[in-house]
Amino acid sequence: MLAILIVLIVLLAVVIIAALAMLGMYNGLVRARVRAREAWSGIDVQLKRRMSLIPNLVETVKGYAAHEKEVLENVTRARAMLEQAGGAAQAAQADNVLTGALRSLFAVSENYPQLRANENFLELQQELSDIEEKIAFARQFYNRNVMDFNTRIQVFPSVIIANMFNFERFDFFEAEETAREDLQVSFTQSN
Amino acid sequence: MTLEQPVLIYDRIAGNRRNTFILLALFVLVLAGLSIAVGIVIGLPYPLAPFLIIPILIFAVISYYSSSSVTLGISGAKEVTKEQEPELIRKVENLCIGAGLPMPKVYVIEDGSPNAFATGRDPEHASMAVTRGLLDKLDALELEGVLAHELSHIGNYDIRMMTLVVVFFGLTALMADFMFRLTFFGAGRRSGNRGKGGGGAMAIIYLIAIVGAILAPIAAQMIRMAVSRQREYLADASGALLTRHPEGLASALEKIAADPDPLGVANKATAHLYINNPLREHKSWLNNMFTTHPPIEERVKLLRAM
Repeated sequence: MLAILIVLIVLLAVVIIAALAMLGMYNGLVRARVRAREAWSGIDVQLKRRMSLIPNLVETVKGYAAHEKEVLENVTRARAMLEQAGGAAQAAQADNVLTGALRSLFAVSENYPQLRANENFLELQQELSDIEEKIAFARQFYNRNVMDFNTRIQVFPSVIIANMFNFERFDFFEAEETAREDLQVSFTQSN
Repeated sequence: MTLEQPVLIYDRIAGNRRNTFILLALFVLVLAGLSIAVGIVIGLPYPLAPFLIIPILIFAVISYYSSSSVTLGISGAKEVTKEQEPELIRKVENLCIGAGLPMPKVYVIEDGSPNAFATGRDPEHASMAVTRGLLDKLDALELEGVLAHELSHIGNYDIRMMTLVVVFFGLTALMADFMFRLTFFGAGRRSGNRGKGGGGAMAIIYLIAIVGAILAPIAAQMIRMAVSRQREYLADASGALLTRHPEGLASALEKIAADPDPLGVANKATAHLYINNPLREHKSWLNNMFTTHPPIEERVKLLRAM
């Protein structure tokens, strides 16, 4: 009688501990997912700012260099692509195209001294380059959070919970090689 | 010494929160012990002695909440807007995005010596101050390295921890000093008056009080320095992770160390906050043990090895 009671109590304890562990893992996954989404909104804000400046930029450039049609069209097209992009991978691709198109636009603008003297143009150029840098930093933060989340849903034992509740992987926001090369920083070093 | 650094800011904060809690528990224990000892020495009846800790804790809480504005005040820092310092503010904004932190208040100290510090009890109440010399003497990447280092202090909750350490250090020194004086000059007579039995026990209490009074401030000072130095290494590493350019901070540190101007507004009480020790002290192994910052050569070497 006593033996059965002890076995029952031990079983009950095991079940309770397992349930608590699962609960903890589930909460951890949800938290990591919230962080990744929040980090995404950090990128999204900057992408929207970038898109909102482009029509103004195109209009300004047209006033001085209307026959640079191809360059201007590329920028407009890239912007439309970015606007329609669904998900981080597509947005990253469109954003990279836009970065390239803007770069050639600013390169071409060097040939138009009057455009270079336009205050509005200079302001837009400065702001766009600031946004580009902000996107790079937001990307770094987002990718780090995504890496954490994606790892969690693939390693044992939290992979069980992840499959049970359909936690899906996030796409990385990958930049084409930018000026800032990714540098390996080692986390452990002895002193 | 091994520095294990979690990649996600959330994990670093969790680790630091744990350490802060342990430290806090230790503080309360030591302070409680000290106040009971003081209570006994000044002759409070036993059940009342432990309550001496209440005014002490109130004092600690007030110091904790006011430390940030006091620090900014005595260093002569002025808050700047985006219109006044567009480059600086933009850099801080970008790094905040990368670190996932809210934007701190940014201050400039009109002093030619290059240095910087961060303060505030948590990221929502954080401030960051840089000197005019820092803005003038460093190039863009170096400045970014320094700002990332300071932001890492904010993100890692180092400032909260250091503020606690400093408040505790001050209180321990204060109480130890108080007790020392009492034991030597005041309480002796009183115990003579009582003079029946218990003399042996009183002698032991006095002995403990004296030893405690001598050791407590030394121990507190050493804890303060050890914690501070460890936080500096960690902030160097997390800063480098943020800018992806450890060389920027490394060469900034070299420039700061080589600069001949001493910082006019720094003193012993605020030295631990700055990115490099603003006081020009002579070097010796004893000084090394009590210094708030690791030697710059060591930090540069570690950064260059990343």
